[in-house]
Amino acid sequence: MIKLVWLVPLLPLIGFVIIGLFGKKLSKGIVGTIGSGTVMAAFAVALGIFFELKGGTQKEFTIELFNWISAGKLSIPFSFLIDPLSSLFLLIITGIGFLIHLYSTGYMSHDEGFSRFFAYLNLFIFFMLLLVLGSNYLIMFVGWEGVGLCSYLLIGFWFKNTAFNNAAKKAFIMNRIGDLGFLLGIILIFVTFGSIGYHDVFEQAKNMATGNPTLTAIALLLFVGAMGKSAQLPLYTWLPDAMAGPTPVSALIHAATMVTAGIYMIARSNVLYTLSPDAMNVVAVVGVCTALFAATIGLAQNDIKKVLAYSTVSQLGYMFLALGVGAYTGAVFHVMTHAFFKALLFLGAGSVIHAMGGEQDIRKMGGLKKYISTTHITFLLGTLAIAGCFPFSGFFSKDEILAQAYEHNKLLWFLGILGAAMTTFYMFRLYFLTFHGKFRGTHEQEHHLHESPKSMTIPLIVLAILSVVGGLVGIPAALGGTHFLEAFLSPVFEFSSFRIVQAASHETEYMLMGIATLIMILAIYFAYTVFVKNNRVPAAEGDETSAIHKLVYNKYWVDEIYENLITKPLNMISEAFYKLIDNQVVDGIVNGVGSTVKWLSSTIRLVQTGNTGFYIFVMVISIVLILFSQLF
Amino acid sequence: MSAIQVVPIEWYLLLCTVLFTIGVLGVLFRRNAIIIFMSIEIMLNAVNLLLVAFSSYLSDSKGQVFVFFIMAVAAAEVAVGLAILMMVYRNTKSSDIDMLNKLKW
Repeated sequence: MIKLVWLVPLLPLIGFVIIGLFGKKLSKGIVGTIGSGTVMAAFAVALGIFFELKGGTQKEFTIELFNWISAGKLSIPFSFLIDPLSSLFLLIITGIGFLIHLYSTGYMSHDEGFSRFFAYLNLFIFFMLLLVLGSNYLIMFVGWEGVGLCSYLLIGFWFKNTAFNNAAKKAFIMNRIGDLGFLLGIILIFVTFGSIGYHDVFEQAKNMATGNPTLTAIALLLFVGAMGKSAQLPLYTWLPDAMAGPTPVSALIHAATMVTAGIYMIARSNVLYTLSPDAMNVVAVVGVCTALFAATIGLAQNDIKKVLAYSTVSQLGYMFLALGVGAYTGAVFHVMTHAFFKALLFLGAGSVIHAMGGEQDIRKMGGLKKYISTTHITFLLGTLAIAGCFPFSGFFSKDEILAQAYEHNKLLWFLGILGAAMTTFYMFRLYFLTFHGKFRGTHEQEHHLHESPKSMTIPLIVLAILSVVGGLVGIPAALGGTHFLEAFLSPVFEFSSFRIVQAASHETEYMLMGIATLIMILAIYFAYTVFVKNNRVPAAEGDETSAIHKLVYNKYWVDEIYENLITKPLNMISEAFYKLIDNQVVDGIVNGVGSTVKWLSSTIRLVQTGNTGFYIFVMVISIVLILFSQLF
Repeated sequence: MSAIQVVPIEWYLLLCTVLFTIGVLGVLFRRNAIIIFMSIEIMLNAVNLLLVAFSSYLSDSKGQVFVFFIMAVAAAEVAVGLAILMMVYRNTKSSDIDMLNKLKW
C-alpha cells in the first residue's frame, strides 16, 4: 500500500482535471460522484497506508517519484515521506474531506457554480495532500501556496459580491506576508544545511548546540509562515472574513485542514524547534495570546459563522501553545479532535443556515431544536466536545495541552483555562440562542424551516460520532489508558521527547481535570442562566450596553487599526510614488527620449536636400576625410 | 623587361592621379549627367591603369586579371546607367542633374 502513496494526491487531481474541463457538460450527480468518489478512494488508500505503517516495524518510508530540480549543488527529488505524522494527516484530510464533499453535494445543489465548486475542492485536497506528503520543504511550500490559492478561489466563490472578493484578497495578501517568512526560512535552511530534505536537515541539526542563533532564526521565520496560514496574532484577521465562502469551505479549509498546516509544519520541524527554546517560547506566548484574544471576541459576535471562526482562531492558539511547550503529540491530537468537532460545528451551522434560508444572525434564530432535530443533536455533541466535556474528544486533547502547559508554566496554564472557560461560554451562548427559546425570525422563515437532506445529515452524524469517540485514541495514563496516539507518533518526536515534560503525577492531572470540568460546568450554567432562563438576546447593532462590550463587539477595532496603521499609509506612499516617481521621473524619461528623437530627426532630415550634386560633393569630401584619417 | 616598364612607375602614378582628379572634379562641378558619367569612367580607368602598372612592376598577374573584371563590370554598369539616363531624358527633356531633386525630406 505504501508504494501506492502517489495515488493519494493523484486521485483528487484527476477529479479536478475531469470536473474542471468537462464539469459544465456533466450532470450535477456525476460531478458530485466524481468529486466525492476520488476523495473517498484516496481515503481508502490512506487507510491502507495507515494500517500498514501501524503494523510494520519500519516507521519511515521515502518514496522517490522523480528527480525534480537539479542544478549545481541543489538537488531536489520529488519524493514523498510516509511516517506516522503524515499518515495521520492523510487520514484527517481525506476522511473529513470526503465527508465534506458528500455534504456539499446537498448544500451546494442549488448553486449554479456546482461543478466549479467541486473542481476547486478537489484541487484543494490535492495541494493539501502534497503539503503533508512532501519529503522536503519545497514540496511543502508548493502545497502551502496551492492551498492558499484554493482558499482564495473558494472564499471568493460567489465572485459577484464585492465584499466576498475583498475577503478573498485579504486572505491571500495576509497569507502572503506569512509566506514570505516561510520562504526566507527555507532559504536560510538551504544556506545553513545545504539541503532542504527533512531527513538531511534534521540529522545535521541534531548535532548543533541548543539555542544556536541560526536555528532560532530559522524556527522564527518558519513560525511567521505558520502565523499567516494558521491565523495567529497578528495575522489572524483574514480568517473571520474568510467565512464569506460557502459553509463547507469554512468547515474543510478554514477549520479542519488548511489552517492546521502551520501546526503540521512546526510538528514536522520539531527537531529545529526543540533546539531553539527561545523560538518555542515565542510560539507558546503567541499561541496563548491568540487563544485568549480570539475567545474574547467570540463572546460578542452575532453571526453564527463568525463565532465559529473566532473559535477556530482560538483553538489554533491552543495548538500553538501545545507546540510551544513541547507537547507535539498534544498539538497533533488537538488538530485531529478539532478537525472532527469544528467540521461538525461548521457543517451544523451550514445546516442551520440552509434551514433558515440563508440567515446567519443568531439573534433572528431560536427554538430551532423542534424543527431540525438531527442538526440540533449533532450540534450539541460538537459543542460539548469543543467545551471539553468528559468523555468527548475535546476533553482529552485539551486536557493534555493544559496539563503540559501547567508543567511548563503556571501562567500559560491559567490563561489557557481562562480561554477554555470563555470557549465554553460562547459556544453555549451560540447553542442556546440558536436552538432554545422562541423563534425570533420572520413568518416566512418559520414556514421554510426544514431538516436538511440525507447527504447533509449523514456527514453530520459521522462527524458527531467521531467527535464523541475521537478522544479515545489518546486516553492519558492517569485515566488508565495507553495513549495510542503518543505511541504511534513517538518515532517522529523521538528526538524532542526528552524535552517533553511528563505531567508530574496523576494527582496533579486529576486536579487539573477537576478544575477544567468545574469551570466548564460553571460557564455552561452561566450561559444557561443568561440566555435560557432570562431569555436575553444580544443587543441590536450599535446598541451595545457598555464600553467593554462595544470594544469586544467591534473586535477591538483591529481591522480598523490595520486599516489606519498599514493600509492607509501604504496607499498614501504608493499614491505619492505614483504621482512623483512614476508620473514625473519615469514618464519624463520615456517621453523625453521620444521627443528628443523627434526633434533631432525633424532637424537632421533637412540635410536630405534632393540635390544630387550636393550628395556627390559630400561623398567625395567624406572619402577624402576618411583617407586622410587613415594616413595619420 | 616588358614594354610597360619602359616608363618609370612614378610617371604612371602621376598620370593616374591627374586622370582621377579630372574625374572627381568633373563629377563635382558638371551638371550634365552624361559628362558626370564619363568622369566616372575616367576615374575607373585611372585606377585600371595603375593596377596594370603595379601588376607589371611587381610581376604579379593578379592585378591584370582584376582589371578584366573591372572592365566587364563597368560595361554592365554603363549599360544600366545609360538606360537610366535615357529614361531621365525622356521624362524631363534634359540631362541636367539639378532637375532631379524631387526625392527629398
